[in-house]
Amino acid sequence: MCLAIPGKIERIFGDSPLNRTGRINFGGVIKEASLAYVPEAVAGDYVIVHAGFALSRVDEAEAHKVFEYLKRMDEFGELAEDGP
Amino acid sequence: MKILELNGACPVPLAQYPQVLMAHGGGGTLMHQLVENIFGKEFSNPLLDARHDSAQFFVPPGRLAMTTDSYVVRPIFFPGGDIGSMSVHGTVNDLAMSGARPLYLSCAFIIEEGLPMETLWRVVCSMRDAAKKCGVQIVTGDTKVVDKGKGDGLFINTTGIGVMEHDLEISPKSVLPGDTVLVSGDLGRHGMAIMAVREGLQFESTIESDSAPVHKMVLALIKAGVEIRCLRDLTRGGLASALNEIAEVAGVKIAIDEKLIPVREDVHAACEMLGLDPLQVANEGRLVAFVAAKDAVRALAIMRRHTGGERSASIGRVMEYSLPLVTVRSAIGASRILDMPSGEQLPRIC
Amino acid sequence: MKYLDEYRDGELAQKLAVEIHRFTTRPWNIMEVCGGQTHAIVKFGIDELLPKHITLIHGPGCPVCVTPLEVIDKALELAAMPGVIFTSFGDMLRVPGSTTDLLAVKAKGGDVRIVYSPLDAVKLAEQNPAKDVVFLGVGFETTAPATAMAVFQAAQKRLKNFSMLISHVLVPPAIEALMSSPDCRVQAFLAAGHVCAVMGYEEYPPLAAKYHVPIVVTGFEPLDILQGILMCVLQLESGRAEVENQYTRAVRREGNRPAQQLVREVFHVVPRKWRGVGEIPDSGLGLNEDYAAFDAEIKFGLADHHVDEPADCLSGLVLQGQIKPHECPAFGGKCKPERPLGATMVSSEGACAAYYRYRRHNLVETNIK
Repeated sequence: MCLAIPGKIERIFGDSPLNRTGRINFGGVIKEASLAYVPEAVAGDYVIVHAGFALSRVDEAEAHKVFEYLKRMDEFGELAEDGP
Repeated sequence: MKILELNGACPVPLAQYPQVLMAHGGGGTLMHQLVENIFGKEFSNPLLDARHDSAQFFVPPGRLAMTTDSYVVRPIFFPGGDIGSMSVHGTVNDLAMSGARPLYLSCAFIIEEGLPMETLWRVVCSMRDAAKKCGVQIVTGDTKVVDKGKGDGLFINTTGIGVMEHDLEISPKSVLPGDTVLVSGDLGRHGMAIMAVREGLQFESTIESDSAPVHKMVLALIKAGVEIRCLRDLTRGGLASALNEIAEVAGVKIAIDEKLIPVREDVHAACEMLGLDPLQVANEGRLVAFVAAKDAVRALAIMRRHTGGERSASIGRVMEYSLPLVTVRSAIGASRILDMPSGEQLPRIC
Repeated sequence: MKYLDEYRDGELAQKLAVEIHRFTTRPWNIMEVCGGQTHAIVKFGIDELLPKHITLIHGPGCPVCVTPLEVIDKALELAAMPGVIFTSFGDMLRVPGSTTDLLAVKAKGGDVRIVYSPLDAVKLAEQNPAKDVVFLGVGFETTAPATAMAVFQAAQKRLKNFSMLISHVLVPPAIEALMSSPDCRVQAFLAAGHVCAVMGYEEYPPLAAKYHVPIVVTGFEPLDILQGILMCVLQLESGRAEVENQYTRAVRREGNRPAQQLVREVFHVVPRKWRGVGEIPDSGLGLNEDYAAFDAEIKFGLADHHVDEPADCLSGLVLQGQIKPHECPAFGGKCKPERPLGATMVSSEGACAAYYRYRRHNLVETNIK
């Protein structure tokens, strides 16, 4: 479960690791979330947020993999069609 | 949150009466002062100025339409509107759903003792401006004040009378298989604008309520001879509620396509964040129209020409007579039922 | 919304579905563990795109659904107390207890408030020193870091008026309990993506090996779920039983170490009763001794009591995947979302509610060409 959605960190503030808070932009809607659990995240990163906490940094390279897989399927399909 | 820009100062001497008192509803001097200086002054028109117990007027020939609604929205002021403008638009829109030209409104205020006078005045000014924009007059009213703790600030009831200058039977019973379903704009703004300022869930956004009158759009459709079968303004319960109610009365299956339903990105994002379905979220200035398929393109063009209707869209059609059912084709092409929302929309954690 | 909407692309979904059709030669039962995944499957109609051979069984991954009656009753008792501000996530408000629910208690005058984050409840406690603020801590491992931080911060701020009613549950013991039942029909799992974002997936290889089931960590959007199913099918068809990760954009093998650390600081593993399933050993979280002052059950001296589920409610069998919602005699009659017998009908993630809302009439069409 757990409804968690991706948002972009616009700004980070907070005076200690546990207080580290981000201003997160979710498609035009802004809400603050704790960044205590993603110490490596910086402004500009996307994070997955649940119940006011960022739980994970979105790995942008990995995010594209399903589309690359589908593109390869397409190309494979074309090859098969073009075959003898 | 935007508070209204007001012309001039509040006419009730605020230094003396910064808050509404029980006596302001008591029928005596204070009430007279309130009525004269706020309601009477801001809503002024010949019918109201006569100060009769009832307004007296002739009506143009044709069937009359009458509607009433009470407004209890919290907070009183929200992004894009307030309880006052909502109470005018909402009742004007209900009249418009019969294809009626709105003429006169009554308004009754139930005020909680202690409400800041300034708040009341801002709401009244907002109603004045909304009424003017809609071309309606507020011709009679009532004021009551209840004990502190018994009223949640301010409740407003408006009742409206309009005239139907057409012969159409605009009602769910007129809906036929093959009819096209149109919406007059993007969905979910009002409900999410309120959520954004609701305690416990606040978020920052530029979402504003879509509270607005739609009667001019409706009258234009009628004037153009569009065969309108049914109209419904989308309020609490959103599109889901309206379509289910209509399907129930008409005894039909309605099929809509999610990809065709306009939803703004920020409304979509807010819904995703709270786990809500935009099709079940409240609107205030949107209507769904069932029209004969042959008139759909023409109707859409007319709707898009009106302010607020720019994102009107054709979203589906009436299928066949059946057990009442509303289905939605999802983004990936499969169907599901669009159910009547049950009770208050609750944000999800899962 | 970036990293969300592109995973709802209809054309790409159809492509994945075609692939699944291509590789499926035999019937397979796949369970999606998480309620959020169930919700997506039914909302988007993902199962309609699948070959008839594939049966999706809806798992017990709905924390709202599995919260025991006893906990709900304790919540209701607390919420009705004068001087208590009772805070909760929104979807708990309609869950029925033995006799009533939080919404009804609110209507009778109880101070019940919805919050988005447990930290909001801590803030309320700071703002209302004369009142006791109680937070209903329900959720899987995904939510535990949030509730742990709330307790941790309350302790740092030395708040005397904040406490939590805990009903956290853990996923791997539930999967183990399911698999060890002789009636279990599940042959592969879509593991809960966000739970794994926190916990990682190091706990799953022993399960996959012991029961010979593929386990694929899966996200929540249509393309995620379809890809997860495809990965399960590929394993099933070739007789493999491994742990794979579909949701690589959000989940790492080791999970979120800082989150796990704070959860361990605040909580320890306890046995937990799951509504409709019964007690599963080592399947819940309870507060550590250092934080006992924040345990609402201790603070308010709530007595333990046992409550029986309504006899007509078969939510347990539904949660175990043994029957489908519409096979329950009470479905749609005695039991509906407005009048639920059990939690699987209340929460929109519950299999019964999802089925009722979206599939009741079963008038649907598939679109595979």
